Amino acid sequence: MSTILFLEQALNSLQFGLMLFLLAAGLTLVFGIMDMINLAHGSLYMIGAYLMAELVTQTGSFWVALPLALVATALVGAALEVSLLRTLYERDHLTQVLATFAIILIANEAVRMIWGPQSIMLNAPAGLTGPVQLPGGMQYASYRLAIIGVGVLVALVLYFLVTKTRVGMLVRAGASNREMAVAMGVNIRRLFTAVFALGAALCALAGAMLGPILAVQVGMGENILILAFVVIVIGGIGSIRGAFVGSLLVGLVDTMGRALLPIAFAKMFPPQVASNLGPALSSIMIYVLMAAVLFLRPQGLFPARG
Amino acid sequence: MAVDGVTLEVAAGEVHALIGPNGAGKTTLIGQISGSLPSDEGQIFFLENEITRAKQHERVSAGLARSYQITSIFKRFSVLENLALAVQARSGSSFSFWRPLAQEAALFDEARSIADQVGLSHKIASSGLSLAHGEQRALEVGLALATRPKLVLLDEPMAGMGPEDARRTIELIGRIRAQVTVLLVEHDMDAVFRLADRISVMVAGRLIATDSPEEIRMNEEVRKAYLGDELAA
Amino acid sequence: MKKIVILAIVACAFPLAMHALDQGFYISFATRVLIYAMAAASLNLVLGYGGMVSFGHAAFFGAGAYIVGILTFEGVTSAWLTWPAAVAVAALAALVIGALSLRTRGVYFIMITLAFAQMMYYIFVSMKAYGGDDGLSLPRRSSLGFGVDLRNDFAWYYVVLFLLMIILYLLHRLVHSRFGRVIEAIRENETRAAAIGYPVYRYQLACFVISGAIAGLAGALIANQTSYVSPAILHWVQSGTLMIMVILGGVGRFWGGPAGAAVLLTLEEVFSGSKLLGPYALHWQLPVGVILLAVVLFAPRGIAGAFAKRPQ
Repeated sequence: MSTILFLEQALNSLQFGLMLFLLAAGLTLVFGIMDMINLAHGSLYMIGAYLMAELVTQTGSFWVALPLALVATALVGAALEVSLLRTLYERDHLTQVLATFAIILIANEAVRMIWGPQSIMLNAPAGLTGPVQLPGGMQYASYRLAIIGVGVLVALVLYFLVTKTRVGMLVRAGASNREMAVAMGVNIRRLFTAVFALGAALCALAGAMLGPILAVQVGMGENILILAFVVIVIGGIGSIRGAFVGSLLVGLVDTMGRALLPIAFAKMFPPQVASNLGPALSSIMIYVLMAAVLFLRPQGLFPARG
Repeated sequence: MAVDGVTLEVAAGEVHALIGPNGAGKTTLIGQISGSLPSDEGQIFFLENEITRAKQHERVSAGLARSYQITSIFKRFSVLENLALAVQARSGSSFSFWRPLAQEAALFDEARSIADQVGLSHKIASSGLSLAHGEQRALEVGLALATRPKLVLLDEPMAGMGPEDARRTIELIGRIRAQVTVLLVEHDMDAVFRLADRISVMVAGRLIATDSPEEIRMNEEVRKAYLGDELAA
Repeated sequence: MKKIVILAIVACAFPLAMHALDQGFYISFATRVLIYAMAAASLNLVLGYGGMVSFGHAAFFGAGAYIVGILTFEGVTSAWLTWPAAVAVAALAALVIGALSLRTRGVYFIMITLAFAQMMYYIFVSMKAYGGDDGLSLPRRSSLGFGVDLRNDFAWYYVVLFLLMIILYLLHRLVHSRFGRVIEAIRENETRAAAIGYPVYRYQLACFVISGAIAGLAGALIANQTSYVSPAILHWVQSGTLMIMVILGGVGRFWGGPAGAAVLLTLEEVFSGSKLLGPYALHWQLPVGVILLAVVLFAPRGIAGAFAKRPQ
């Protein structure tokens, strides 16, 4: 395998991992602070992508549509939290799983009713459609580089927010000890709604940015949701840092696995075996990784709780 | 450390009380002896056998049972079902998929006799949830006794009890001491001094004394650490 | 007891009635309900009675289906070989997955069962020889011998009904046996169950395997039902659907699985075929989602629970 191909896959891993981080960050906070399993998180990602596509069509500009899509999805998220999800915090996990699963069904159908069952177009913004020359003679899609840029930026902003601001401290306190946070006088209800809305905005950002690369279609949320759950289990529930490391790890294992394993297998095994084994193994790599973490270090790599 | 270098010896047939201030590590020690908690170092011997590595259910089979300081019963089962469940654990294998449990009269008869022993006959059909606090504590002890133990670890059985219930519990322990060795963790000094053959005192994870009740009463260190105010009353 | 007899009579008479009314399609629909009733009942054992929130039940359902599919595709058509094979493979999968997953608790258990189910999904989907993404078509339904032709929808219905009745009877004995009581006790208070001397892990694993085995049988039947195995049957969304059935019907109630399967599939049928909804009938999942949400939030004991006596 050539170095160029390897580097390209490494960059793809980074790109995917960073977008996964946007989803995982919101999910881990909701899970860590509110102790709620939210399967509908993937639906917010889908809604974000669809709203973005619609707004791009309406406004004609990618960069105008983006902040609008983020705000709109954040509002949807907040509305959902205030009306419905709030009642689930005190319920057991099974109830949360089923209720949020119901929301997935409703959201999927609502999207299907509004936009139809076919996937819809979301194009990369003009100016970022071509490749860029990288040092070493390599070409890489400029849009993907932009995604990496946005991802790193958001990660830094989140890091700053969570570690250096008062709000961030409250969030971290809530993640590690909810009763303590309440005792400290935090308005828990508003904090929860804010955290949820932020998570929704991050989902929308990921959905909007990945839209041009992956298809914008009904059910896109479910596929990425499960990866996000794997990430937070690996990283540690409630930990942003864990979500970051976990996302990069999962992005790496998944992307590199899919790219490298079939090639490695083709060299070692007869083509019949390789063509079946390769894709199967690369798909299950991250689950094997998750299972391994669950056994060796069940609280995750960076547990938020003591 | 919750439990630090404790060497405790309980003689067969005695009622051995374990006292000490809150947080001394008594419940932790109970957990370690019964097998619900692991220990970093040391050994546990029961009836000549080392049980340090044995799993909790193996220890119960060997005759070691415990009750819980914070009531841990099967709330949605009736008193009869609770006790029968414990009896069932010691009466043959429960990997039995075919025969209706309801037909096993022997299990339920024994459960009834234990209910009688702990004074719950009048509430035998009531769910655990519906019992008063004192009755729940009685069921708590009943569950431990139902496994036919040789040694029972009672963790503050009288916690939160009024004087009437406490008196009944003292009587109960008085009745069962003939059949079973008791390690009793308690704060109720009246009960402790009435029942105990020997008393051990734990403070901050360490065992500071083991002696007869009279000696403990007069032990300087113990009075300073724990008993002082309790006995002045 | 009387209710069960009436139910059995209705179930036996149903295809005859439908045939007489020239509504033969509903026989096939009813068979589908019976198969999902079995799958949901198997999940109810581990979820409702055992308290183990397994989000990977589709793995066993799907494995059973794929085994029958693959064997039939390769020319092995005797039900006496393929169906037990499906059950055995599903049970084995449940043994391995359960042995590993049951070392975890709570949300980690949910996640890890989900992960294992996804692994099964990818493994089967990657087998291009057996359809991959497109799924696997069976050349024919399994053959039973004894002059019974399973390609006849009538015969097929009665065979499925018969198997369901046997499974439900076995489950009934199980939940009322010593084992059933221990499993429920572990669900109610795991710590205390261990403290009175039950090796919790062993009981949970046994329950998990039995549940998986039954799901495997249901899978074998579903493969025959449509003579087609879709990889979607292994997807975690399918696990969710089975959970919906159990919760709708009443988690932990004996008839929860079958009741929920009947209700969900009927709702699906009613909404998707409804003239009332017109063009919106395609979107039947929406009212189903709303109903599910309502049940979860307001009637957590489900439909079977609504008919049961309250505990005192």
